[in-house]
Amino acid sequence: MPDAPLRLVIVDDEAPARRRLRELLDDCASALPLVVVGEAASGREALGLLGSTPADLVLSDIHMPDMDGIELARHLLKLPLPPVLIFTTAYHEHAIAAFEVHAIDYLVKPVRVQRLLTALQKVPRLKPLSGAKLDRLPAAARRFLSVTERSRVVLVPIEEIVYLKAELKNITIRTAEREYLLEESLTKLEEEFGERFVRVHRNCLVARDAIRGFERRVNAEGDAHWEVLLRGVSEALPVSRRQQFIVREIGRDNGG
Amino acid sequence: MRANSTQKPLPLQLPELRNLGTILRILLAVNAFGLAAVIVREQRWATVSSAWFDTAALLEPHLLLNLLLLYMLAPWLERLPYRIGAVCILALTTVVSFGLSVALSALGVDPGTNAAMRHAALTLLATGVLLFYFHLRAKALSPAISEARLQALQARIRPHFLFNSINAVLSLMRREPRRAESALEDLADLFRVLMRDNRQLAPLSDEVELCRQYLDLEKLRLGERLVVEWHTENMPKDAMVPPLVLQPLLENAVYHGIEPSSVPGVIAINIFLRRGEVHAILRNPYQFDGGHHAGNKMAMDNIRERLALHFDAEASLESKLNRESYEVHIRMPYRPAVERPSADA
Repeated sequence: MPDAPLRLVIVDDEAPARRRLRELLDDCASALPLVVVGEAASGREALGLLGSTPADLVLSDIHMPDMDGIELARHLLKLPLPPVLIFTTAYHEHAIAAFEVHAIDYLVKPVRVQRLLTALQKVPRLKPLSGAKLDRLPAAARRFLSVTERSRVVLVPIEEIVYLKAELKNITIRTAEREYLLEESLTKLEEEFGERFVRVHRNCLVARDAIRGFERRVNAEGDAHWEVLLRGVSEALPVSRRQQFIVREIGRDNGG
Repeated sequence: MRANSTQKPLPLQLPELRNLGTILRILLAVNAFGLAAVIVREQRWATVSSAWFDTAALLEPHLLLNLLLLYMLAPWLERLPYRIGAVCILALTTVVSFGLSVALSALGVDPGTNAAMRHAALTLLATGVLLFYFHLRAKALSPAISEARLQALQARIRPHFLFNSINAVLSLMRREPRRAESALEDLADLFRVLMRDNRQLAPLSDEVELCRQYLDLEKLRLGERLVVEWHTENMPKDAMVPPLVLQPLLENAVYHGIEPSSVPGVIAINIFLRRGEVHAILRNPYQFDGGHHAGNKMAMDNIRERLALHFDAEASLESKLNRESYEVHIRMPYRPAVERPSADA
């Protein structure tokens, strides 16, 4: 679509920074047709906005409360038509080095209008950032997992998750309220959130906070195994023979 | 107290005779000196302790009387040029020891033959050695002060803050040029202080003004997310403090307490005088995020080091993590500004 104006979303937690970008984009508008379809103060707000208002380009700050720019980039990939993302950053030595290495586009604040225009003109040729590229950026663990439901991105806060269970190709996310389906690898999730979750079985990670206790079960054949009891959900999950040591480890911590 | 010049090399100074650290050092050194003499003189270990008691009974009155006199004369002595001050101290302690020995023997204490002369000579020697020691110590520490100043500069300006502030000013340029002007003026003032020679103490009111300017700049970009509460009704405006003793802590408070949260947070600053000491208590909200605390530690170490350089054992900096807030408490001796002959920039 050569004539359609470029649809933009500005994401920054500082109102003056958003205003400044808007002014600069107005300056660019004569050279390149564009329209700012929305502004957001955090990655989370931006995702909510993009669910209802599609955009071609997101200009996002990196350091933001609630959800930073790098986590936003990861969740954007779940959108049916992910927009191109360009980071804006005031100064962050390590992040900048990483961006250069992986050829990820970024603008340094204060942004020069000419530099902004050059970046905007490249947009139609750019692809959304790949997950593999993002993996190599220095980032804190995500605060949410995102799943796509009816072409919208639904965010599940990490602290609400009771357990993560691998089933066939998907992972089931269980919170006290409901289940979600996620396409990621359990091993990667364990690496990212190892502090918060503990592996009870080859296919299952359980939130340490959610563990209520352990119970020994004997089945009809007379084999005994442990089950972990959870807060918020009624089902108990089996602990595999290999992971039995956690019963003692966590049982001791909880028992005092 | 402190010299009033801003030339590069700091002038020689007498030790601060009212400083707890100085007094402790003198007490320790003289007693160690006496004990060493006893150990050399006595042939057997068994007699060392009783000989030490005899020596101490003679030594302590001299030591304490001299310290007391020096303490009382300190404001006058410290105003003298270094050489004259040092000669005065040497003469004073020698004469006092001589007089005390004469007085004690008149009272019937028998210190042995020629006691007054020997005591005066020993006192002269000990005072000389101690003055030399303090001179060396001051020499060893003065590069540390300039080093600390450099470090203060480097640790202090977060590039993050500088560029975000410039960006915020740019955002005002077109619509609110007057606000942009005053913001740039604040930024200039802030950098003037950051870049000047910060080895000399400065009035507390200057530091507080600097902090207000800094927080105004932060408010520009953070808006209603930053709420500042000042409690300075009982602040001694004329107290002399190390420059940049509060501002870096406020920068930390903003960075760790306000920026990570999207809801408004309060930074409370409470400065007051109590029992001859200046207290400054800063409190900010705190969310555990597991990340970047190296910068915080660096600023704290830097301030702690500068407090020690200026006030030795009489100042302290403590931090406390409560459930949802972080608190820093600084304690410094109250040193009112003295009238200074030369105008200060």
